[in-house]
Amino acid sequence: MGRKTPLFSLHQELGARIVDFGGWDMPVQYSSQIGEHHAVRRAAGVFDVSHMCVVDLKGPRVRALLAQLLANDVGKLKAAGKALYSCMLNERGGVIDDLIVYFLTESWFRAVVNAGTRDKDLAWIRRHAATFGVEVTERTDLAMLAIQGPEARAKAAQLLTAADAAAALELGVFVGRELSSWFVARTGYTGEDGFEIMMPAADALPAWRKLNALGVASCGLGARDTLRLEAGMNLYGNDMDENTEPYESGLGWTVALEPRARAFVGREALEAIRARGGPAAKLVGLVLEDRGVLRGHQKVLVAGVGAGEITSGTFSPTLECSIALARVPAATADRVQVDIRGKLLNAKVVKPPFVRFGKRAYS
Amino acid sequence: MSNVPADLKYTKSHEWVRTLADGTVEIGITDHAQHALGDLVFVEVPEAGRTVKADEPCAVVESVKAASDVYAPLAGAITAGNPKLADAPETVNTDPYGEGWLMRMRPAAGALDSAELLSAADYQKVLAAEGG
Repeated sequence: MGRKTPLFSLHQELGARIVDFGGWDMPVQYSSQIGEHHAVRRAAGVFDVSHMCVVDLKGPRVRALLAQLLANDVGKLKAAGKALYSCMLNERGGVIDDLIVYFLTESWFRAVVNAGTRDKDLAWIRRHAATFGVEVTERTDLAMLAIQGPEARAKAAQLLTAADAAAALELGVFVGRELSSWFVARTGYTGEDGFEIMMPAADALPAWRKLNALGVASCGLGARDTLRLEAGMNLYGNDMDENTEPYESGLGWTVALEPRARAFVGREALEAIRARGGPAAKLVGLVLEDRGVLRGHQKVLVAGVGAGEITSGTFSPTLECSIALARVPAATADRVQVDIRGKLLNAKVVKPPFVRFGKRAYS
Repeated sequence: MSNVPADLKYTKSHEWVRTLADGTVEIGITDHAQHALGDLVFVEVPEAGRTVKADEPCAVVESVKAASDVYAPLAGAITAGNPKLADAPETVNTDPYGEGWLMRMRPAAGALDSAELLSAADYQKVLAAEGG
């Protein structure tokens, strides 16, 4: 049996199907994965994301540490509470993990990293933190709920006192704030508006029940995956890993080569790739035109160019067709074929996201 | 608890078999199987005329989560794939033993007798052993 979040018994009570995810026993769906998906696109849903690893980084030189550890530039974080999405790279430019880091004070940043990469992330961060005298604390005392959807913020605000609710509803996009004993952030992984809330573990169960009572649907990791893929968001381990770099993973926008003086881990490897004219591959969106379902590892054939591979694929409940992310040769234009059980099916190359705020987002 | 109609035969891999009046058989996946798979979004059925061996993968059912093979419970020649499933794969979820049938076939000589099909009671035991 794997690790359990503070909400495990509630998931069982709600009839969730439980699967292993990164060493955790997590709910994959409660009733219908497609129903949960639509609840988030049309109203609001709540996800248990307590398996994700929350790490507090404290010390006067924490900003300098993160400037070295992250491919995106924490120098962009000027207002307290602002969040930044970044890759953490190895010396070869490969992605150790993708994460969100919040700037709380000049001596306190908070990172949220993936559950499946927790051990190596903590080891890597600690190794570098020692040089900077930064204290690294995993916040296993916290649970985290993601409340997502067009009605999510209004519903989640009802969990808060009037004063905290007003403050939460004023949060800008990608900004978080401590409100009483909770940390409320306007972030997510679905392509919808919403909050991610970190709270003391004991608060999670009553919060979930109250959200259910307010009409917020319990949603599992299955819906989380179809929502993030429609939103064109990468999943670590599928769409990128230590053997791929950000430029061939659709994550070039998260790499800050300016200012040039900032020496971050992986910088030299990425500059070398740019110096030789860019990466040989790129990550693109695919929309299947024929009937079928795109899945990870299916082969992508690009006429006259070469071949690639699907990194994540699914059926899109919103678009009612199959979509995927695929790593293909850099010269790939707008049409490919995908080998599904020996049949070559036609797919169109698009720029993700596929869906944003409930609507088709590609052309 | 899954619905397991008493008048059908079953396989350990969760297909059902119904003998029709003309001697052909109709094949689908069980209520337990459709529930385990979740919402189906794509079904690929075999074309009429194809000859299949027992235990040969001959149809594919895909949920949002994953693709799963459906195996021929016995040897024979396919007489029809269910044409409605291309547009309405969810029929397998809503009516697995009726409108959600996958294929019909004419069993090869003796195939129906030699196939190791389970009674409803024995299939219930398979489900109990799986914890379902």
